[in-house]
Amino acid sequence: MSGTAAETPPAVRFREARIEMAHGAGGKATRRLVEGLFVPLLSDASAPPLGDAASLELDGARLAVTTDGFVVTPLRFAGGSIGELAIHGTVNDLAVAGARPEVIVAGWVLEAGLETEVLEAEVRAMGRAARQAGVRVVGGDTKVVDHGKADRMYVTTTGIGRFLPGLETDPHSVRPGDRIILSGPIGDHGITILLARGELDLEADLRSDTRSVFPMVEALAQAAGPAVRWMRDPTRGGLATALNELARDCRQGIQLQEQEIPVRDAVRGSCELLGLDPLHIANEGQFVAVVAASGAAAALEAIRGVPGGEEARLIGEVCPEPAGSVLVTTPYGGSRIVDMLVGDPLPRIC
Amino acid sequence: MKYVDEFRDPETIEAAAREIRRLADPSRHYRIMEVCGGHTHAIYRFGLQDLLPENLELIHGPGCPVCVLPMGRIDDGLELARQPGMIFAAFGDMMRVPGTRGTPLEHQARGMDVRIVYSPADALEIARKNPDKHVLFFAIGFETTAPSTALTLKRARAENVPNFSVFCNHVTIIPAIRAILDSPDMRLDAFIGPGHVSTVIGCRPYEWIAENEGKPIAVSGFEPADILQSIVMLLGQLERGESKVENQYRRVVPREGNRAALQVMAEVFELRPYFEWRGLGFISQSALRIRGEYARWDAEKRFDVPGVRVTDPRAAQCGEVLKGVLRPAQCKLFGKECTPEQPVGALMVSAEGSCAAYYNYEHRKRAARNLVSLR
Amino acid sequence: MCLAIPAKIVESNPENPASGLVEVLGVRRKVDLSLLTEENPSPGDWVLIHVGFAMSKISEQDAAEQLRILRLLGEAEAALEEVRGYGSSTSDGGEQASKPRK
Repeated sequence: MSGTAAETPPAVRFREARIEMAHGAGGKATRRLVEGLFVPLLSDASAPPLGDAASLELDGARLAVTTDGFVVTPLRFAGGSIGELAIHGTVNDLAVAGARPEVIVAGWVLEAGLETEVLEAEVRAMGRAARQAGVRVVGGDTKVVDHGKADRMYVTTTGIGRFLPGLETDPHSVRPGDRIILSGPIGDHGITILLARGELDLEADLRSDTRSVFPMVEALAQAAGPAVRWMRDPTRGGLATALNELARDCRQGIQLQEQEIPVRDAVRGSCELLGLDPLHIANEGQFVAVVAASGAAAALEAIRGVPGGEEARLIGEVCPEPAGSVLVTTPYGGSRIVDMLVGDPLPRIC
Repeated sequence: MKYVDEFRDPETIEAAAREIRRLADPSRHYRIMEVCGGHTHAIYRFGLQDLLPENLELIHGPGCPVCVLPMGRIDDGLELARQPGMIFAAFGDMMRVPGTRGTPLEHQARGMDVRIVYSPADALEIARKNPDKHVLFFAIGFETTAPSTALTLKRARAENVPNFSVFCNHVTIIPAIRAILDSPDMRLDAFIGPGHVSTVIGCRPYEWIAENEGKPIAVSGFEPADILQSIVMLLGQLERGESKVENQYRRVVPREGNRAALQVMAEVFELRPYFEWRGLGFISQSALRIRGEYARWDAEKRFDVPGVRVTDPRAAQCGEVLKGVLRPAQCKLFGKECTPEQPVGALMVSAEGSCAAYYNYEHRKRAARNLVSLR
Repeated sequence: MCLAIPAKIVESNPENPASGLVEVLGVRRKVDLSLLTEENPSPGDWVLIHVGFAMSKISEQDAAEQLRILRLLGEAEAALEEVRGYGSSTSDGGEQASKPRK
């Protein structure tokens, strides 16, 4: 298998014959694809590639850059739409990298036949979300594909932000004893989408949590910046996947107290009915932070002081064991390992 | 009363766990089988094993319909659905179960029209809405699920829905328990009985376990307090030297079962002479097929079924694990060739399969010794 | 092997048992009540739902009785501990004195 050409061929470890839906679900399969194919072929060795945003130095200024593609069915759902997601998703990736979102460029792939009215509503939603989040949309691109070759519309946004002073996040700085803070209830977005698709015939008063988390991150940085070690917005794959990635990267154990993790009734009810774990359900307006114990109280207070951050909670602690894994302690003193998701959460009957 | 939170109350659970520790004779080793995969899942989900004394071992039984389904049946179902104009409908549980040429989800990626349904009735609804397609519902499940399939078939027949059929893989729990008890290397002290199956079949079908085999059985609910209370009941019986069928789940399980459900099952289904179980082999009168009156909606009669037989890799010791002879981690393939993402054996396939449950929740926890407990 | 959960009936129509509506923690779904026609399920009743069908009517009386027995277990244990002089606040999950054997 070894190459003798002048340039060593990059080691592509991804061996699966086809791309399956699971490769886009944000869990283990996604990680295999990214680490096994994209990183070896594209990554610049000088930059750690798997964070939410890349850090880039241009003429002395350090900038955060990130990009994200948005595909969602249906386009509109309780509490939001693809246009808002496209702004918030990228804004949040910059925010949890410790950066203030400044500008966004957007690319649209539209299916021929899409009603202008629908497009206009989404572009309006993007404009509104961008203004609220304090970012400027400075450029874009549009492509139209044949009817039937895309599902109405896809949006990709690329964002640039400026790092907040006094905030250095790095999973390798995470230490046993650090505290884990979650900004609010989990699963609202994923369950809202699941219900909005209508296939499961479930109804509930639930809204997507899509929003910018930057105001909370900014408050956290001001109150406890030096104590903040790591942040992430737990989108696809949910809180379990985000924390498993952290556990793997920092080689520590993440221990969570199940009763401290806020979950709304409607999310809990849907999960009970469908046999899902709220820890695996997607969020679009929450973030999770690891903060040194000494700064945890101030951090929590700061996040709770931001409108929308009132439900923030201390949910657990970093421990030496079980290294590389996430352990959830139940209210009864039992515990279980919570793994990353394999593929999308699927309703079960067994 | 919400019928959930009350049975997850930490104090109640702690009290039941204390009672178990009090009742368990330290000089004995207890082996109790929870028949139902739903119990296996709950035990791991709530971390109940941590609350039990070390000398009380829970053995995970055969009650996981996905786990015991032979790969050949999956191949057959997918082969039928490969014909043009077909929609393959199944519960989410089936979607990641591999056939020889991949899982239903992988077939979907290659263009098959695959739908996840929450109910058999939803599959019939898809047929009504897609008159130009044929919907093949891949039915799995024990007696809990079979009545819903039966009712759906009755409706399809009453409405004469032409484009709907069921590929029936329904199985029955009692023959599987019998197969386990008949196994010469079996050593079990008692059974936690499957609560939800019992809403349909009631408690009487278990009486032979108590009377002829001398094993205590407690038909159990699925909340932490239910499972622990069932163990308290079983330890009590063992201590008193009794063996009877106790109904811990009385709030849900009527002793006689659900007459309407039994009746509709009898109307629509009949016993197969024998059926293959993954890990356990052929078991006579252990599965249901669709009666002749419903032939038009029976995929096995309506279409040419290839009748694929796939033998499991010899190295996979699923049968021994299913019977409680081996613990999941004692199988040669466990966690190496056989993982939840790349399952070889049946029990690694479903999240409630004992190997998958053990792998996901316990394996790495065990691997990491000296757990630091949170304050 | 079978995921089934308790839900409260919010709508039922004896003429069309296939179109009941139940609620779980604020989540509503249409369910089929046909398997329970003998029990005459009506709004306010709790039923056990599996794959969109109600399998069993839940008995509040039996549930209350079970909880009472479970609580007795706790109280009896607490009483026992008091007798042994442990107090009632142990939650270390640790060893109990070996039980009195019959």
